[in-house]
Amino acid sequence: MKRLLVTNFAKIGPFIGLIVIMIILGFLSDNFFTLDNILNLLRQVSVNALIAFGMTFVILTAGIDLSVGSILALGSALTAGMLSSGMDPIFAVFIGLIIGLALGAVNGLIITKGKVAPFIATLATMTVFRGVTLVYTDGKPITGLSDSFAFEMIGRGYVFGIPFPVILMLGVFLILYFVLRKTVFGRQVYAVGGNEEASTLSGIRADRVKIWVYSLTGMLSVLAGIILTSRLNSAQPTAGSMYELDAIAAVVIGGTSLMGGRGRIVGTLVGALIIGVLDNGLNLLNVSSFYQQIVKGGVILLAVLLDRRSK
Amino acid sequence: MVETPFVEMINIDKSFSGNQVLKGVNFEINSGEIHALMGENGAGKSTLIKVLTGIHARDNGIIKVKGKKVDFSNPKQAEQDGIIVIHQELNIIPHLTVAENMFLGKELTYGKTGILNTKEMKKQTETSLQDLGATNIQPEDTAGDLSVGKQQMIEIARALATNAELIIMDEPTAALTAREIESLFNVVESLRKKGVSIIYISHRMEEIFQICDRITVLRDGQYISTEFIRETSFEAIVKMMVGRELGERFPARTSIIGDVVFEVDNLDRRGVFENISFNVRKGEILGVAGLMGAGRTEIMEAIFGFEKKNNGTVKLDGKALTINHPSDAIKAGIGFITEDRKAKGLVLNASIRENISLTNMKAVSNNGVISASKENKLISDLIKRLQVKTTGIEQEIKHLSGGNQQKVVIAKWLGIKPKLLILDEPTRGVDVGAKKEIYTIMNELTEKGVAIIMISSELPEVLGVSDRIMVIHEGKITRTLDREVADQEKIMRAATGGENHEALISN
Repeated sequence: MKRLLVTNFAKIGPFIGLIVIMIILGFLSDNFFTLDNILNLLRQVSVNALIAFGMTFVILTAGIDLSVGSILALGSALTAGMLSSGMDPIFAVFIGLIIGLALGAVNGLIITKGKVAPFIATLATMTVFRGVTLVYTDGKPITGLSDSFAFEMIGRGYVFGIPFPVILMLGVFLILYFVLRKTVFGRQVYAVGGNEEASTLSGIRADRVKIWVYSLTGMLSVLAGIILTSRLNSAQPTAGSMYELDAIAAVVIGGTSLMGGRGRIVGTLVGALIIGVLDNGLNLLNVSSFYQQIVKGGVILLAVLLDRRSK
Repeated sequence: MVETPFVEMINIDKSFSGNQVLKGVNFEINSGEIHALMGENGAGKSTLIKVLTGIHARDNGIIKVKGKKVDFSNPKQAEQDGIIVIHQELNIIPHLTVAENMFLGKELTYGKTGILNTKEMKKQTETSLQDLGATNIQPEDTAGDLSVGKQQMIEIARALATNAELIIMDEPTAALTAREIESLFNVVESLRKKGVSIIYISHRMEEIFQICDRITVLRDGQYISTEFIRETSFEAIVKMMVGRELGERFPARTSIIGDVVFEVDNLDRRGVFENISFNVRKGEILGVAGLMGAGRTEIMEAIFGFEKKNNGTVKLDGKALTINHPSDAIKAGIGFITEDRKAKGLVLNASIRENISLTNMKAVSNNGVISASKENKLISDLIKRLQVKTTGIEQEIKHLSGGNQQKVVIAKWLGIKPKLLILDEPTRGVDVGAKKEIYTIMNELTEKGVAIIMISSELPEVLGVSDRIMVIHEGKITRTLDREVADQEKIMRAATGGENHEALISN
C-alpha cells in the first residue's frame, strides 16, 4: 500500500506541484486566472515545451543536449534568410526543419561514431552553431521576413481562439507520447538508456536510436525557433541562449532520470508548465527578475529532492 | 568439553513490510571453522548475514559473539568485534594502488597532520600480502589492473589487517580461474589454522565438500539443519535445500543429434583468438571449456557481431552469414545468453515484459507499433513455459532472484525461435533447483532441434551437460572431446596448454 502511494506520488507529484503553484498564484494575483493570461502563458510555454520534448528523448537515452539553443538560433536565422530572399514560406519552414534534423544528426554522429560524451559533444556544437549563426547574420537580426498568412500563423495565429503555437505543442506532444508509449522506437529509446550493452546484444542498433533522438531534438528546436521568429517577425542571432537550461529543468522536474531509461513525456509537459507558470506569475506579481531566478532555482531543487525521496 | 561458538545466532526473525524472510533461524560457527551457508536464491542467506553485521535490525532472536550478547547497528560495529564481509562485488577502487586500497578509510598519517605515511602503508601492505602467500602482488600495483583473484586477496588482506576473526565470503570463487581458486583455498586453509572462522556462501557443491567443516541449510527463510560435511552427502544437501528429491543432477540427454547446422571457419581476431574452426550439429550441446580469460566469451561475442573479428566465416544451415551487429545474428536465428546477465543481459530498471520484448520487437508489433495483446500473450506464454516465479509480467527485473532473472534472459531468446543458442555461463550464481531447470530447458530445446553452444567454467557441468566438449587455451582450440571419453583431467590439461597441472584439478 505504502509502495503504491509512493510510486503514484512519483507519477503525479509534479502535477500536484503545478496545481498548488497555480492556486497560490490565483490567490496572489487577480489577473492570473483570466483567459487572456492563461492563453498567453501557454503560448510562452510552447517554445520551451517543444525543446523539452526532444530533450526528454535525449535524456531517456542517458544523454544530454546543450546545443538546442544554438540550433534554434541557427535554424531560425537560415529560415529567415530563405524567407527574406522570397522563398515560399511553407517550403522555407520545411527546409528549416530539415536543417534542424541535420544539425541534430551531427550531434548524434559525433556522440556515437566519434564516441564523445554527449555533454562534451553538444557543448562544442553549442559554441560552433552559435558562432556560425553570428557569422551568417553578421551579428544583426534578420528582419522583413514575409507577410504571408501561413508564416504569420505559426507564431501569431489563433484557431478557435487558441494560439496556434499551443495547438502545435499539443499536437507534437500527442505524437511523441504515442511514439514513446506504443512504438518499437519508443521502447528502444528506454532500453538504450536503461542498459546500452544489453540493448545492443538484444539486436537494437543503439547508435541509430541515439542519432534519431538527437535529430528529433534538433528539429523540434528549430520548430520552436520558427515560432519565435514568426512571432517577432525577425530572427535574432542571440535567440535561444540558455534555453537548454529551461528545457533540461522541465525534463528533470517532470521526473525523468538523468541516468536514462526512466521517465515520461507527460512529466516533461507538466515540468514545462511549472516553469512557465512561475515565470508568468512572478511577472504578474512584479517580482524583480533577480528574485525570479532564485524562486525558479528553488523549485527545480525541490522537485528533484522530492523525486529522490520517492525512489 | 563444549566450546563456546565464536558467533551464535538464535531464533532470528526478520520481516520486510509484512513479508517474513527469516523465521526462527539458528546459526553458529566456531573459531577456526569453515562453515558453509547454503540455500536457494531467496532462501534468506544474505538477509541472515545482513542481520549479523547490523545492516538490518532483527525483529526477534539473540546474537552472541564469544558468548556475549551483541546488538550491532552497523557493519562498522561488527567489524570492531572482528566480523568482516567480503562481498561478491569486491570493494576495490580500480584507480588506486593496492596499498591505497588496503588502507582506504584508515590511512596512516604522520601524527595528526593529515599527511600520508605512504612508506609505512606500503611496508604493512607488503607484510600482509606476504602472510597470505600473495607475493605476486606489489603494493604499488594499480588495483584495477589485477585479476579478480588478486583483488580478492587484497580484500582478504584488508580484513586480516583489522584483526578479523570471522570472514564472511559471498560466492568468492564465482569469478576466479581454477588456479586462483586453488590459491584462495590455500589461504582459507591457513586462516583456519590461525583460528579465523569463515562463513562460506557458494552454490558450488564441490567446493563446499572440499573445504568446509559444517554446513547450515536455509530454505524459504527457515532453518533446516546444520550438518557435518563428512557425515552428509551431495544428495542430502540438495534435498534439504529444495525440500524434495531432485533426482539426477544433470538430466539425461535425450535429443537426437542430426547434421551440422552451424560452422565456424578460421575465425580470427588479432591478439585475442586465432584459427577458430568448429561446428555444432542439430540437437547437439557443444560445451566450451577453458580457463577464465582464455578467449571463450570473446569468440562467441565475435560470432554474434558484438565484437570485431579480423577474419573467418560463419555458416548457418550451409549459408554463409554476414554478421556485423547482433541484429544480423538474431535475424539469422542465433541467440546469445551473456555471461554477465546484469551488465549485458537485462535492463534492470525495466519490467519482465519490457525485457523479454527487446529481442522480440517484430513479433509483438505491427509496422513499428507495439500491439499490447500480442505482447502480453507472447510474454505470458514464455513466463509460463519457463516457470518464472513472479508477481506478474510488470514486475521489475531487479526484484527477481538470480535464477529467475536467468530464466527471463532465456525467455528473451526462446521468443526468436533460435536455430543456434549460445549460452555463456548459464548457471552462474543460480541455485541447484534453478540449475536443473535450466539444464532441462536446454534438453527440451535440443529435442526440438536447436543447436546449443554452452560456455562453462564448472567442469562437472561441462561434463554433465555436453555432447561434445571443445577446450580453449589462450585463444586457440586445443582439443575437442566426445562426451564418452572426456574427463576432468583431460579437459584441464588441454585448458592449461597441455602441461601437467595436477594441482589445478580441483576435486
